[in-house]
Amino acid sequence: MTTKVEIKNLTKIFGKKERQALELVREGHSKEEILEQTGATVGVNKASFKVEQGEIFVIMGLSGSGKSTLVRMLNRLIEPTEGNILIDGEDISTMDKDALRKVRREKVSMVFQNFGLFPHRTILENTEYGLEVQGVDKSERQKKAEKALDNAGLLPYKDQFPNQLSGGMQQRVGLARALANDPEILLMDEAFSALDPLIRKDMQDELLEMQENLHKTIIFITHDLNESLRIGDRIAIMKDGEVVQVGTGEEILTNPADDYVERFVEDVDRSRVLTAENIMDKPQTLRLKQSGPRVAMQRMKAENLSSMLVVDKNNVLRGYVTDEDVLEAVKAGATELQTILRTDIPKVSRETLVNELYHIIHDSSTPVAVVDEHDKLLGVVVRSLVLGALVKDQDREEETINE
Amino acid sequence: MNNSFLLDQLPQIPVSQWMNDFINWLTQNFSFLFGAIRDSGAWLMDGITELLLVLPPEVFIILLVALAFFANGKKLGLPTFTLIGLVYIYNQDLWEPLMYTITLVLVASLLSIIIGVPVGIWMAKSKTANWLITPVLDFMQTMPAFVYLIPAVAFFGIGMVPGVFSAIIFALPPTVRFTNLGIRQVNDEMIEAAEAFGSTGSQRLFKVELPLAKPTIMAGINQTVLLALSMVVIASMIGAPGLGERVINALQRAQVGPGFVAGFALVVLAIILDRVMQGFNKAKND
Repeated sequence: MTTKVEIKNLTKIFGKKERQALELVREGHSKEEILEQTGATVGVNKASFKVEQGEIFVIMGLSGSGKSTLVRMLNRLIEPTEGNILIDGEDISTMDKDALRKVRREKVSMVFQNFGLFPHRTILENTEYGLEVQGVDKSERQKKAEKALDNAGLLPYKDQFPNQLSGGMQQRVGLARALANDPEILLMDEAFSALDPLIRKDMQDELLEMQENLHKTIIFITHDLNESLRIGDRIAIMKDGEVVQVGTGEEILTNPADDYVERFVEDVDRSRVLTAENIMDKPQTLRLKQSGPRVAMQRMKAENLSSMLVVDKNNVLRGYVTDEDVLEAVKAGATELQTILRTDIPKVSRETLVNELYHIIHDSSTPVAVVDEHDKLLGVVVRSLVLGALVKDQDREEETINE
Repeated sequence: MNNSFLLDQLPQIPVSQWMNDFINWLTQNFSFLFGAIRDSGAWLMDGITELLLVLPPEVFIILLVALAFFANGKKLGLPTFTLIGLVYIYNQDLWEPLMYTITLVLVASLLSIIIGVPVGIWMAKSKTANWLITPVLDFMQTMPAFVYLIPAVAFFGIGMVPGVFSAIIFALPPTVRFTNLGIRQVNDEMIEAAEAFGSTGSQRLFKVELPLAKPTIMAGINQTVLLALSMVVIASMIGAPGLGERVINALQRAQVGPGFVAGFALVVLAIILDRVMQGFNKAKND
């Protein structure tokens, strides 16, 4: 393992009495004390860590913990007050403008929370922006940008404008744009925080998949512990501008460095906080009027399912069909699903807690449907999802008992 | 008479004398420059007007109606108004003054944009420039418009050129202010994205900031054009030709009828200019 990025004593102070505040930071005073004495805000307080080549390094903290300031100092969108940033051993913090621009163009790309796409440029023009400012000629940069879009499955949208795309697709463009000039390091600032939970999970999966092929060094900012645990090789936890713990997800869960981290981890006790909405999957559904037993059989075969949910044209849940019933119906030459429709399916609302779900799903032979107040189908929860969400929790409780 | 013993101790400050001296000094020392501007400006604007007058009125009307049609999303209201309005102006024997007014407005607006947009950009980029120029703009906008006519005459004599000069001073501020505002309003994340990919200052300006600020800048330019129109009318007092000249003539002879006819022609022109520009701005943003 080689160190790709290293920061040493990185400090940022916002406000007028910078020098005085810096003195207090050096003496080890806390953020509140310094604010009280000087009126200056400490954004980042002597942060130090190393990021290895090819890892996903997550920086996690609540809002105001300085994580966004920290990531912006890595490419000097925000100038550090003190400290060093080394990328491949080169000090970014002392570089002149031209050298810094070269690093931004060739080494470090960024993905933004609200996507940061230029509304006046098409998807393709957005994607080629990084190459365009480097002066790459038009046909070549278009070729590269189209390839990046193609990898993200977005090539058909290349002539559309950002506001014509959904949030998830916009962020895929944001990621494709960041990858188009083939950087070594990706900075992702709350990149998935603006997306809804299901899309967010998809994006996390896509990021992990991409990482398997590309092996970029990724520095990922988030306020969400679940996201950190899901994608992070290692996690740094920040509080009041300080890095309070760096470690793998496992280390942080089992061995919190201090009370703060412990409370943080407890707050995110998975089963108590997670609701059906957080863990549900996209449902595979059949339309009651449009689909017959043959369609049902075909799709169940293709998706390898033993039962499927049935909805009407307004997406209202009507029941489910099982593979055995479908097979019977096909043999009998039936053309409608109505005759084999079963309605004994458990329904829950999106706010149902995972703990409760566990009991419901335990007694049920079918998946649990998540519906809204008008019985419209939102998602589906299968047994493995609930168990997955609970397992980590169980581990921790056992360890506490053993201690 | 109000007299104050205390305040009377202070002798009168010769502000007007200073201003006179300053303008005289300018006139004497730069007369070659002012002369050159006057002669070339008059030559240019006469040329433009003659060119407009060579065009048959029918053709001009058709072109403007077509412009109105496409500017306003292919709806019929504005083109109809344009057609009736221009026919009215021709019918009232105001075609030649209309062409002069259009020339003056066109030249004054173009020069205001050429000066105003870069100044606005400079203000957006530099705190010092912003701090220095803001009071100058306030001054330009609050000083009664007539006052600009005096130095204009001193520099350029009478005619079209001093008219355009005073119109520029009067009409410039909105373009400067809106350009400044438009660039400052660009979302931080856009700036960060531009910077993070390694844009140079001018790449950031031309590829990100100006395109995103364009609707705001266009709103400023719209204001500038309308202000230029109103100043061109006032500038008739110092011999600028056009519709304003007819209004002033009517005023001096207390003739209500001709005054109304020419005044109404100005209203028609203002409405056409305003709606066509707004239409184009809107259409581009959608």
